[in-house]
Amino acid sequence: MLNLIWLLLLASGIVVAALNGNIEVVTEAALGAAKGAVEVCFDLVGVMALWLGIMKIAEKGGLVTALARWLRPIMIRLFPSVPPQHPAMGAIILNLSANMLGLGNAATPFGMKAMQELQTLNQDSEEASTAMCTFLALNTSCITLIPATIIGVRLSFGSENPTEIVGPCIFATSIAMLIAVSLDYWFRTYSRWRRFP
Amino acid sequence: MLFTVLNIISTWAIPFLLLVIPLYGYLKKVPVYESFVEGAEEGFTTAVKIIPFLVGMMVAISVFRASGAMDYLSRALTPLTTLLDAPSEVLPLAIMRPLSGSGVLGMATELMRTFGPDSFIGRLASVMQGTTDTTFFVLTVYFGAVGIKKYRYAIVTGLTADITGFIASIYICNLLFR
Repeated sequence: MLNLIWLLLLASGIVVAALNGNIEVVTEAALGAAKGAVEVCFDLVGVMALWLGIMKIAEKGGLVTALARWLRPIMIRLFPSVPPQHPAMGAIILNLSANMLGLGNAATPFGMKAMQELQTLNQDSEEASTAMCTFLALNTSCITLIPATIIGVRLSFGSENPTEIVGPCIFATSIAMLIAVSLDYWFRTYSRWRRFP
Repeated sequence: MLFTVLNIISTWAIPFLLLVIPLYGYLKKVPVYESFVEGAEEGFTTAVKIIPFLVGMMVAISVFRASGAMDYLSRALTPLTTLLDAPSEVLPLAIMRPLSGSGVLGMATELMRTFGPDSFIGRLASVMQGTTDTTFFVLTVYFGAVGIKKYRYAIVTGLTADITGFIASIYICNLLFR
């Protein structure tokens, strides 16, 4: 699936550029993006270090497990394959909370931590586990209570009511989230991709 | 009112966490500084680990976009927007949304500059931008961090959520802002 999408993006881009007679655009875009990707990662290093450092304190103080215990009724239904006491649960909760508050820079480190914890249950396979798929379904469709960036853009263009879009955003994300969680449930229970543990 | 509350929460969230977590740890007799450093070390290795995955994905997306292939795709899909009763100007935004966060922000900004933030297109673009996530970026980074190469159905779920988010955005904007 991913192999095909990746190839299609690349190949269709190159073919279109060739047909339009501006093939040099491809070289420029490819090299620029390669450089940009590394810059993105290096921008991440500091933020990752900060949040994973803070999270380690929270973990050792027992805060993360306390949080996980509190949300346990929901979490065990969403992630039946993860033991309720597992540190992955706490990291998933932290990631989703940060996402909802629009703290993108804190969400990514917590999310990666969650993936690492889930990977320990996945016997270091190269294939995504069921819990990982559910987590990413939640993560990519998660509600943002404050879409701060877009409010900022609206404000800068002199909108009379820059925050009027918050309600509609919450409505639309809620529907997307509902669909994502239901579809994920269907996939892991009935589809040919399901796994028998 | 609700928004003011939410806004206060988002401004205070980070300072609050930076104070409360170490303080709580200290009271629980956790060696706070040493634990911080121990955790921070993992941050570096994780960030470096995702480089190959991100390079692969960003190069493909960038070539697709710069070559003009994306414009063709959005032109080919124009009948769809008519069907959903949405202006075709927002279509490139919809296609770009799962692929690139900075790309889509640029497009939304451009639409608001051209049509004004309080126009129907401006509002719809804002809602679309605030509704869904950069699915490909998230999958690349998160799976990359643990070396997962087979995503199973995660892409299908993520993209379906994106499409649902768009249709729901169009629906609610037609209802409220037309």
